[in-house]
Amino acid sequence: MFVAPAFAQESGSDNQLQTELAVETHEEGVFPPFDSTHFASQIVWLAITFGLFYLFLKKVVVPRIGGIIENRNGQIAQDLEQASRMKAEADAAVAAYEQELADAKAKANAIGQQARDAAKADAEVERKKVEAELEAKLAGAEARIALIKDEAMRDVGQIAEGAASAIVQQLVGAEADQSAVAAAVKAVRS
Amino acid sequence: MANDPIHQFHISKLIPIEVGGIDLSFTNSSLFMVATVASAAAFLYFTTTSRSLVPGRAQSMAEMSYEFVANMLRDSAGTAGMRFFPLVFSLFMFVLFANMLGMFPYFFTVTSQIIVTFSLALVVIGTVVLYGFYKHGLKFLGLFVPSGVPGALVPLVVAIEVISFLSRPVSLSVRLFASMLAGHITLKVFAGFIVSLGALGPLGIATAVLPLLMTVALTGLEFLISFIQAYVFAILTCMYLNDAVHPNH
Repeated sequence: MFVAPAFAQESGSDNQLQTELAVETHEEGVFPPFDSTHFASQIVWLAITFGLFYLFLKKVVVPRIGGIIENRNGQIAQDLEQASRMKAEADAAVAAYEQELADAKAKANAIGQQARDAAKADAEVERKKVEAELEAKLAGAEARIALIKDEAMRDVGQIAEGAASAIVQQLVGAEADQSAVAAAVKAVRS
Repeated sequence: MANDPIHQFHISKLIPIEVGGIDLSFTNSSLFMVATVASAAAFLYFTTTSRSLVPGRAQSMAEMSYEFVANMLRDSAGTAGMRFFPLVFSLFMFVLFANMLGMFPYFFTVTSQIIVTFSLALVVIGTVVLYGFYKHGLKFLGLFVPSGVPGALVPLVVAIEVISFLSRPVSLSVRLFASMLAGHITLKVFAGFIVSLGALGPLGIATAVLPLLMTVALTGLEFLISFIQAYVFAILTCMYLNDAVHPNH
């Protein structure tokens, strides 16, 4: 504790002394950046190094980096142009597709309509034919019914006459006049 | 010696060369000029060898520095100024890499030598003057006569314009040189405090934390300044070149 500050002071002053000494030795000469003894050498070496650097940049580096950047800008412009062209193509394709779709829809509608009309016409014809057949069958059946009815009616007259004669014979006990019976039957039936 | 903040700016001969009685030795300054140029050229060259359409990280950085300088020049000097793009780009990359290399401990900072920055500024002003006269002839002198100034004031305004034009290389070079010099000296001084305080024993070591924090903060600031000074040098170059391209205000 007691030694340290003393030692420090000593070494500190020592240091200071050294620094002063060092400065002293340099102060004999000029401040180095203003020391003109090396001016010629520095100018010459600067001219050589900077001259070579300038030439190297002018001949190699600037064209190269300029080329890279120009290339990239060209590429970007080209890509953009291609993209817009492709977009136009895609738009055209979409328009064509939509046109095609509309056409196809119209065509499908037309075909459907046609098919529907044809089916309707066919159905009509078929219906007419069936109706005509049914009509014919109905007419035949009616004719047969009329025939059978006539026949039945004729039989009914004979049976009625027979029955009437028999009833008269039973009641009266004498054979009835055939023509009178027939006339009576006829009168009842009509 | 270790604590001397000026020591880092000393130039030492590595290969002594003398031509016609003039000392043109290859010094540590020359070595770091070569290092600056080599690293900047290698960065720009090797990151772009693949020339990929979609850049990777490294190529992206090279392209960013290219477009950064290109936009700067186009904004201040227009498309006509783009003919100076290689010059502005090499100045920017040179100053940036020199500043950044100077941030390594024990490395020499090329841009902390006034003669280097002054030579670079002279390259800029020389280009402006030569191109201005080549392109516009004597009309280039119209640069010193702003339009719309009343007749009586013209001599005064011309004098001011001439002085401001002549001070451009000085301000351009001193700005860069002084920032780098001052920054490196400050860093060195604060770093020196750490060592001096650390030698004072436990209490000293405890207080040495303060200059250490300062040094860390200053190092960050120095990196920022390294970039900003390169940017300032490049943008002022662009503005001066604009005068050469369009001398009429």
